[in-house]
Amino acid sequence: MGLKRGHRARPVEWILEKAIFLVSLTSILMVFLIFVFIGREALPVIFGRTNTALVQKVIPVEKMDELTAAELQEYLNLTPTQFKELDHESKRALMEVRLDYAKEHSEDPDARINTTSWRYLLGPHRWAGYSKPEYIWQPVSDIPKFNIIPLIIGSLKVTLVALIFSVPLALGAAIYVSQLARPRVREIAKPVIELLAGIPSVVLGFFALIVMATVLQRFFGYQSRLNALCAGLALGFSVIPVVFSIAEDALTSVPRSYVQAALALGASQWRAAWQVVLPAALPGVFAAIALGFGRAVGETMIVLMASGNASIVSGSILDSARTITATIAAELGEVVSGSPHYRVLFLIGVLLFAVTFLTNLAADLIMHRLKGRLEGRR
Amino acid sequence: MPEIALPKVNVGASRAEVEPAKTIIEVNGLSLFYGHSKALKEISLAIGEKLVTAFIGPSGCGKSTLLRCFNRMNDLIDGVRIEGSVRIASQDINHPEVDVIELRKRVGMVFQKSNPFPKSIYDNVAYGLRLQGIRSKSELDGIVEQSLKQAALWEEVKDRLHTSGLGLSGGQQQRLCIARAIAIKPEIILMDEPASALDPIATARIEDLILDLKRQFTIVIVTHNMQQAARISDQTAFFYLGELIEYDTTTKIFTNPARKQTEDYVTGRFG
Amino acid sequence: MPDSSTSTAAADFNAASRPFRSARFDWFSFLGRWVTGLAALLIIAILVVILGNIFWVGAPNVSWRFLTTGTATDMFDIEKAGILPMIFGTTARVILMTIIVLPAGVLTAVYLTEYAAAASLFTRIIRGAVNNLAGVPSIVFGLFGAGFFVQFLGGRMDALLHPESAGVVWGKPALLWASATLAVMTLPVVIVATEEALRAIPQGLREASLALGATKLETIARVVLPQAVPGILTGAILAVGRAAGEVAPILFTGAAYYMADLPGTLHDQFMDLGYHVFILSTQSPNVERTRPLLYATVLVLLGLTFMLNIVAIFVRGHMRKKMRQLQ
Repeated sequence: MGLKRGHRARPVEWILEKAIFLVSLTSILMVFLIFVFIGREALPVIFGRTNTALVQKVIPVEKMDELTAAELQEYLNLTPTQFKELDHESKRALMEVRLDYAKEHSEDPDARINTTSWRYLLGPHRWAGYSKPEYIWQPVSDIPKFNIIPLIIGSLKVTLVALIFSVPLALGAAIYVSQLARPRVREIAKPVIELLAGIPSVVLGFFALIVMATVLQRFFGYQSRLNALCAGLALGFSVIPVVFSIAEDALTSVPRSYVQAALALGASQWRAAWQVVLPAALPGVFAAIALGFGRAVGETMIVLMASGNASIVSGSILDSARTITATIAAELGEVVSGSPHYRVLFLIGVLLFAVTFLTNLAADLIMHRLKGRLEGRR
Repeated sequence: MPEIALPKVNVGASRAEVEPAKTIIEVNGLSLFYGHSKALKEISLAIGEKLVTAFIGPSGCGKSTLLRCFNRMNDLIDGVRIEGSVRIASQDINHPEVDVIELRKRVGMVFQKSNPFPKSIYDNVAYGLRLQGIRSKSELDGIVEQSLKQAALWEEVKDRLHTSGLGLSGGQQQRLCIARAIAIKPEIILMDEPASALDPIATARIEDLILDLKRQFTIVIVTHNMQQAARISDQTAFFYLGELIEYDTTTKIFTNPARKQTEDYVTGRFG
Repeated sequence: MPDSSTSTAAADFNAASRPFRSARFDWFSFLGRWVTGLAALLIIAILVVILGNIFWVGAPNVSWRFLTTGTATDMFDIEKAGILPMIFGTTARVILMTIIVLPAGVLTAVYLTEYAAAASLFTRIIRGAVNNLAGVPSIVFGLFGAGFFVQFLGGRMDALLHPESAGVVWGKPALLWASATLAVMTLPVVIVATEEALRAIPQGLREASLALGATKLETIARVVLPQAVPGILTGAILAVGRAAGEVAPILFTGAAYYMADLPGTLHDQFMDLGYHVFILSTQSPNVERTRPLLYATVLVLLGLTFMLNIVAIFVRGHMRKKMRQLQ
């Protein structure tokens, strides 16, 4: 009999299986492609190969013919297509423009600075017209300034407000719903609280912008209507269901036998929850907070609509703030593909990606480590 | 005389024949309902102080349920209702003014499957003490040591008190749970099949422990192992399908039971 | 056995001196219970306030006309505005996304669960990457979509298909690219949900099928996948629910706030409910006047996403019931 005919006996099946493999491969490649592509676009900035200095090495017009085509193209900052389309006269004119430009800005000390070098991406600088060194993000200007510190501070401020507000609330509710509430109360409260997760972030941003901002300003009486506080609180709304779900799951997974043992020793339900269940569920609780942090840092619409978007360096949460996510969202539409601005936006995208990636990784590791320890090296 | 050989009974265990004991738990016409189903049917008995009383009977006869009435752990189950009364130290423990937390501090429990907390051995034993507000390290150290010694576990763990309680063997974990329960010096200890999940050697150690503990504590033990009941208890109560069939000294139950059902059970004809 | 009269630590039971009552009030437990209970209540209150406010202000403004008409020119006019183009756009991109992501995600999960070596390093790396993708911020997907789909792929397609045309056909924000971006974003959700559903099916079922002479593919197609359908459906509906409300990934990959017509081809831009909310909130010439419009749009968007979530919960509940019946 043909027991060994294998795949040759069933060609259709073989083809289908190969097709499945191909489709999977494509999906998997897509997954890796994201990491690769975003990194690739940001690479020139990371390795210092972009240069935004207005005044760079200037080549006199007479020396134009001494340059190769490739060198001339690079000097004039043109793409290959553009370079092909221009004739000799136009290129010459462009070189003269460069010369004039250099002369104009010869007095400007900032004109020689490569604002996309790491020193200026991160460090403060006393720019012309300012009285002291500042961290400035101002990509649209004569001398584009790409300092990312204000953005990092903005993201951190808003995330901090969100976490301080939402984590205690979500954890408290998780403890109550998981350990203290009656079963019927639990059945209603849990899905209701998780309903909060179904509200799209643009709706929360809308609510913060239209309703909360006014209420908060009237209540506290501060200057900027849209600020880190307003955005942070709305951000907290979107973080609460994340922390609540995971923490509640972790608490409920603690074996009931521990609770019974504690109660039999004369502990109240609260003490059993606080002294026995919560410590046992700690890995899950940490993971919940870490994932809440990841969610807060990566959120875009809420902060775009409610934080005011002023990229300043300030310690006060009552000031307007600009986050990394809002910056990308606000500016990506206006940049020229391949330009330094475009690349710096990808750079902060990479930064954002790295932070969330590491946070998720840390959450996973913590959960495995602590779980192992709690189970007595089981 | 029945034809089947009876298990050997340690007559010396029945101290109660020699001197009458004070009643510490008094159950009167107790019935318990899970919803509409009646799990306990008008139970009445009296448990003596500083005796070991065993509840025996086939699975599902209600002995664990009755045990859990004594420290009101049945309160944790939805839909449970009782009629009749349970009095401990002359107080009706189901009275609305009774603080169930205080009750559980004086009526302790050891469970069928050992359940030490995922904490250190020391913290396990000290848990109940800290609940009572004892904070001084020297005092805690002392009581922890004493309890572990009473539970015959001290020698094995004295050098690793701060390692996890979950790292012990099954038998050791159960002794840890016993140490934890006796640390707060309850007056009564309820044991729900404490050795059923253990091997014979570990079981023997637990039984020795119980014989030792009964000098200080009143013990009520649920067991499906009749030989165990015969070995360690002074009084035995036999239950069947939620009813108390017979309650007497262990010697009498095992050598000359009054009811035929009891005789059938202890000679192994059923259950 | 002699009676041990050496006194014991256990006091004599004397009801009169020691009733079962606590001497001090347990403040710790009292506060603990109340504080956490209030936390839960506060969260529910926040939900009620937000939803209530939206419903209260928005509901009166949602009319049949509102839902079924709408030209872009009257976007800010309360009398004439309608959101049909936005509903169409959102629905179109979500349907297209599902068409792309469902086969890709399910087949990938099938491959990972049924064909790939379970514990090899290769498989673990893939799973790690997929899981991590689930946590990536949505704006990063927007970046990817803009850079890779619109610029790179779109540019290449234009060079190939329309080399002479001066205008840009594929190399700009388009319905196809927005849907593709969303598909990549929801891919991990579908893969994970499908994998879970597949794993929940007992190995015995597969073995029974193989023992009857079925091939692996036949087993998967006739036995395993049909069983896994509820789980896959739940994953799909959750993905769709999430994608319907997302705005960040479509900001640069296809959404437009003014389109004269409904999108007719895959390379057209489209209007979108969420994007419209964003525009109305931040760029409306007169916020007070367009308030009712804004609320009504938000209400419709919320209605859509909640409906999807509720359907997903029902499917999940139904699936759990079925699983219990099997056991």
